[in-house]
Amino acid sequence: MAKTLFDKLWDAHCVLAEADGNSLIAIDRVFLHERTGSVALESIIDSGHKPRDPKTVFATMDHIVSNQAGRGRDEARTPGGDVFITATRDAAKKTGINLIDVLDADQGIVHVISPELGIAQPGLTLVCPDSHTCSQGALGALAWGIGSTDAEHAIVTGTLRLKKPPQMRITVTGQLGANATAKDLALHIIAQYGAAGAKRCAVEYAGGAVEALSIEARLTLCNMAVEFAAFTAIIAPDKKTSEYLKGRRFAPTGSAWQQALQDWKNLFTEDDAEFDYDYVIKAEDVRPTVTWGTSPAQAVTITGKVPNDADEAALSYMGLSTGDVLIEQAIGGAFIGSCTNSRLSDLRAAAKVLDGRKVKAGITAICVPGSMSVRRAAEDEGLDEIFRNAGFQWGAAGCAFCFYAGGETFAPGTRVISSTNRNFEGRQGPNVRTHLASPAIVAASAIAGHICDPASL
Amino acid sequence: MRPFIKHTGIAAPLLRDNIDTDQIIPSREMKTVSKTGLKEGLFAGQRYLSGREINPEFVLNRPPYTSATIIISGKNFGCGSSREHAVWALKDFGIRAVIAESFGEIFYNNCTRNGILAAQMNGAQIEKLGDTVTIDLPNQSIDGQPFDIPAGDKATLTEGLDAIAVTLKQKAKIEAFFSKDKEKFGWKYS
Repeated sequence: MAKTLFDKLWDAHCVLAEADGNSLIAIDRVFLHERTGSVALESIIDSGHKPRDPKTVFATMDHIVSNQAGRGRDEARTPGGDVFITATRDAAKKTGINLIDVLDADQGIVHVISPELGIAQPGLTLVCPDSHTCSQGALGALAWGIGSTDAEHAIVTGTLRLKKPPQMRITVTGQLGANATAKDLALHIIAQYGAAGAKRCAVEYAGGAVEALSIEARLTLCNMAVEFAAFTAIIAPDKKTSEYLKGRRFAPTGSAWQQALQDWKNLFTEDDAEFDYDYVIKAEDVRPTVTWGTSPAQAVTITGKVPNDADEAALSYMGLSTGDVLIEQAIGGAFIGSCTNSRLSDLRAAAKVLDGRKVKAGITAICVPGSMSVRRAAEDEGLDEIFRNAGFQWGAAGCAFCFYAGGETFAPGTRVISSTNRNFEGRQGPNVRTHLASPAIVAASAIAGHICDPASL
Repeated sequence: MRPFIKHTGIAAPLLRDNIDTDQIIPSREMKTVSKTGLKEGLFAGQRYLSGREINPEFVLNRPPYTSATIIISGKNFGCGSSREHAVWALKDFGIRAVIAESFGEIFYNNCTRNGILAAQMNGAQIEKLGDTVTIDLPNQSIDGQPFDIPAGDKATLTEGLDAIAVTLKQKAKIEAFFSKDKEKFGWKYS
C-alpha cells in the first residue's frame, strides 16, 4: 500500500506494536526548556533513572529568562523564576545532557534554535515538553509536543508509547498573494476548520504554495498546527531544507551528510497514499488576517468585521461587539516575537514597514528576537536601529511577552496586536486583549495606533 | 500511581468549549519546580477576585462543587500549552476525572500518566449528567451511559501502571532496535 510521509516516519521508528493498539516509538532527540524540562530532569534524578543517551538530549532557557539586554545569568523576568533556571542548569550538569545556557551565544527559543543549530533534521523523531514543538515538522522531522512525564519516559527509555494518530493532508494550491504571509495562511486555515478542527491528526502541509515558502515561513505555518488540535504538522523535506541545514552546528558532516541527503530523498508521500482527511485550500483566498476573539480560530481578514454569531464570552473579554470593524480598534501595545514570528525574515518584514516611521505616542512597542543569533544577524543588517528609531524596545531572546508568568507585561485592559500564537484570556497578562497577526501587521498597527493593514499605510 | 477503577463524586460543570491550560493554571501560579502543591493555582484567574479574594460566582467556589472530584466540560478541554502543571493542579485539588466532548491531545496524555481519567462523551450524553456522577472504568460506563477509551489507556489507569517501568521490561528490544537503526541510518548518530 502506498505510504504517506508520516507512515514512513512512523514505521521507521516503530520498535514494537503492542496488542492494545499502542506502539513503542523510538525517539531520536529530546529538547527541554527550563519551565517544564526542569521538573522532568529533577524527577529522573530523584527516581534514580539515567538518560539512555544524554548526547541526544538538549535543554535551553527561554520561557522565563529576562528579556533585557545585558541580563544576568540567573535573571528571570518573573518573580521567583530564577529557581527554574538554576534547577535546569544543575540537573543538566548532573545528567550530562547538552545545555544551551542563558548567556550562551546560541541561546534562544527552543523552536527557533533547534532548526538554527541543525538539531531538528528530516527523518528524525523529536519531542519536547512544549506544545509548539509541531513547528519543527517544517524540516520534515516527526516532532511533537508532550508533557513532562512523557519527557522523562523519552529520556530514560529512548521511546514513547502512543497510538498512531489519524492523518490529514492540507494541500495549499496556487501561490500566496504579495501581502499574505505564512501567518495569515495559518490563521486562515484555523478559522476555516475551528480550534478542534484537526481532530488529533498528524497534518501534512503540501501543495505549490507550501513548497514556495521559505524554511522560516514553513516553521511559522507548522507552529500553529496545535492551535487547531493537531497531533503535529509536517512538510516533506526538499532542496530548501537541506540547503538550510548544511553546515549547521549539529547537522551531519562529510560522508554522514551525503548519506543523510540520500535518505531524505525518500521522505515524501507516495502518489496513491490515503489520508483520513484530505483538504484543499486556495492560496489566492488568503488575505492578511487578524483575530478578534479569545481563540486563534476567531479570525477574519483585516478589513473584516466581528461576525454576527460571535461568542459572547469572547466579545465581553475583548471589549468588542458584533459588527465592529477591526481596523478601527485603537491599540495600546504591539509585540513582535515568539516561536511563531521572531526569525530574521519576520524582523525584516516588520522593519520594512517601520523604516522611517514612528510608533504612535502612548503605545508600548516591543520586539524580542527569537534567538541571540537572530538578534546578532538583525543588528548586522541595522534592523535594530530601525526598530529603536521607530520607538520599539529591542530585547534579548526568549519567549517573553507571548505568555504572562508574573512580572512586567501590558496593563490590564490593554488591546495588544501581537505576532504570537495564542489570544487566550489572560495569556499575555490579566485582562490583556490580544489580537494575533503577522509581524508586518503588528508593525503597521504600532505606527497607525490602531489595527492596520500595512498596504494602507 | 493510584489506580482508577470506580469512582462516585461531585461533578462541577464548566460547560464552555476550548478551556485551555492557561486557564486551568495560569503560568504565574507555577511557582516551584515540583509536581505537587499546585491546587491554589487551579483556575486562579477565575477562582479569585483582585487581592486573592474568593470569587463567589465561580463554580468551584460554590457548594457542593467546592468538593468536586469530577469536572464536566465541552469541546477541546485542555487545549493550548503542554504544561503538565494543569493536570498536577487538578490532581492536587482532588479531581479524579474530567468528562468532556473532546480534549487537547497533550492534556489527555498527561491525565492518563497521572491517574486521572479523561473520558470523552458526546454533548447529549453530557447533558444528562447531574451533580453526582458515578464512573465505572472497567465496564466503560458513566451513570449507565457507555464511553470509549483506548485499551492501553484503560489498562494504564485501572492497573495504575508506571509507564517507565513497563517500558524498561522491553529494554532488550529497544537496544536491538537502536543497534540496527545505527547501522542503517549512521548519519543520525554522527
